[in-house]
Amino acid sequence: MNTLAPLPDETLAGRLKWTLHDYRTIVGQEFTHLWRQPVNFLWALGFPIVMVLLFVYVFGSAMDVTGEGAGVDYVAYAMPGMFAMTMAFGFTNTAWAVAEAKEKGFVDRVRSMPMASSAVVVGRNIADTIHAAIDLFVLFLIALAIGWRSDGTFWETLGAFAILLWLRFALIWVGVWLGLMVKGVEQAGNLFAIAFPFGMVSSVFTPPELMPGWLGAIAAWNPVSATATAIRELFGNPVAAGNSWPEQHALMAALIWPVIITAIFLPLAVRRFRNLGR
Amino acid sequence: MTTTTVEAVNLGKRYKDTAALDGFDISAQAGTVLGLLGPNGAGKTTTVRILTTLLRFDTGSATVAGFDIARDARQVRRRIGLTGQQTAVDEVLTARQNLVLFGRLFRLTKARARERADQLLDQFGLRDAADRQAKGFSGGMKRRLDLAASMILAPQVLFLDEPTTGLDPSGRREVWDAVSGLAADGTTVVLTTHYLDEADRLCDRIAVIDHGRNLVDDTPAGLKRRMGADRLEIVAADPADLAVLHGIVAAVADGETATDEGASSVSAPVKEPVAALTAAATAVRDQGLTVADIGLRRPTLDEAFLELIGTTQKEGQQ
Repeated sequence: MNTLAPLPDETLAGRLKWTLHDYRTIVGQEFTHLWRQPVNFLWALGFPIVMVLLFVYVFGSAMDVTGEGAGVDYVAYAMPGMFAMTMAFGFTNTAWAVAEAKEKGFVDRVRSMPMASSAVVVGRNIADTIHAAIDLFVLFLIALAIGWRSDGTFWETLGAFAILLWLRFALIWVGVWLGLMVKGVEQAGNLFAIAFPFGMVSSVFTPPELMPGWLGAIAAWNPVSATATAIRELFGNPVAAGNSWPEQHALMAALIWPVIITAIFLPLAVRRFRNLGR
Repeated sequence: MTTTTVEAVNLGKRYKDTAALDGFDISAQAGTVLGLLGPNGAGKTTTVRILTTLLRFDTGSATVAGFDIARDARQVRRRIGLTGQQTAVDEVLTARQNLVLFGRLFRLTKARARERADQLLDQFGLRDAADRQAKGFSGGMKRRLDLAASMILAPQVLFLDEPTTGLDPSGRREVWDAVSGLAADGTTVVLTTHYLDEADRLCDRIAVIDHGRNLVDDTPAGLKRRMGADRLEIVAADPADLAVLHGIVAAVADGETATDEGASSVSAPVKEPVAALTAAATAVRDQGLTVADIGLRRPTLDEAFLELIGTTQKEGQQ
């Protein structure tokens, strides 16, 4: 009466087929979540929306980022920053989801099954990237509603969103690594303490040039700044870039930073995952 | 014919300075329930995690369902089910969606996964709750769903790590019934518990473990027998009768007769419990005495357990 789970053919193609099958199943699970808990999804978007309202309407009138007077063009400057910041904060969602899966024993169950155990991590990654695309789309609509416009061509605009997702994709590995590192869901919640300076000490809301020298340097080299500045260029929004290399070559920096982040954190995440068996 | 489906020999696992497992042996025959009984930190969960291929081990060897857990982990994984200490179901999904999800991860086709989900929902009494989100389930229902999820392939060996911890009495009963049913259908079950009544009720054999070692491996009845004979006990209605009762008990005793003044009782070990009880009761009646209680007391598993664990703790202190 016992049935056996089929095993993949011992060929590369056979294994690949099963691995993709497992990834698709896990991604499907994530979408069922989204579908059944739209309220959670909206709550997650609540934070960037509140930040938009706060910075654009409360602080914005005092911000002079273009040198043409307080409040001038601030919406055009801040919105791309908002997009970048939402991507930057996204890794906390990943870390939380991974920590929860680990704490609840879901990771263990999957590891005791004859499936591609990487599916927990990679499936999460794919689901989070798609999730982030939906986040961006909603923010994009809100931005249009409060008067922000992209002056770039259709392809430049699309390219800007691709760059945003590129950053989010790289940060997922950071999230997976941290999610496996922390003790549990409660600790994962505290990761906002890292996310906050990472997202905000950047050109998201204010040009690094206006910050104290050392802080400005950190902000200028922050990967989030590179992405924010690059998409401002693509959208044709005010850039207010300083003289540092990443600010002068924002597009290049926005492409390279995620590669570096992935190169560091993907192996760390994989090693951490393997070490669950230690 | 009995076949050994789980066998571990001399398993060892160290974490820095502490030995989680220290030369651990167990074996379980096909279609039986083996209980790993021990206090917290005894090595129960470590054993389950090693046997389910989740954790590497340092020394020894083990086979599960005929495959070496180190060399053929993937073959082992095709033949086992695991229900860990937490209920690893997706609480956002419905019961049915959970079972289909795990069915898909076990590479069943969509149609087969749905069919199997329906069977399991019936088997575990979840039919009425099939399309409700698991987060609204009672503890017992979540556990049953969890068990069902680990039963998708009707595994040869099912590992349950503290399956009833935190459940209320009716929830425990639900899980017990499910586990008994599985074993009756031929699944070998290895479960950990620190509830003695659970081990007594469910297990064919019990391995009492402490400090990463298997102290005793026996049937529940055998464990109790190790505690010695049954005891005949008479509780006096009037403490003044204690001396007479002592005489009655001593007449049928197979060992030292003890008087407990506080409890107003007299007791002694007896080899022929029923004959001794009858003789004592007759004697009480013949002498025209009134007693509060007269009966046989079997040593409980609690006593067996505490004595075994107590022995190792004394050894540890020396």
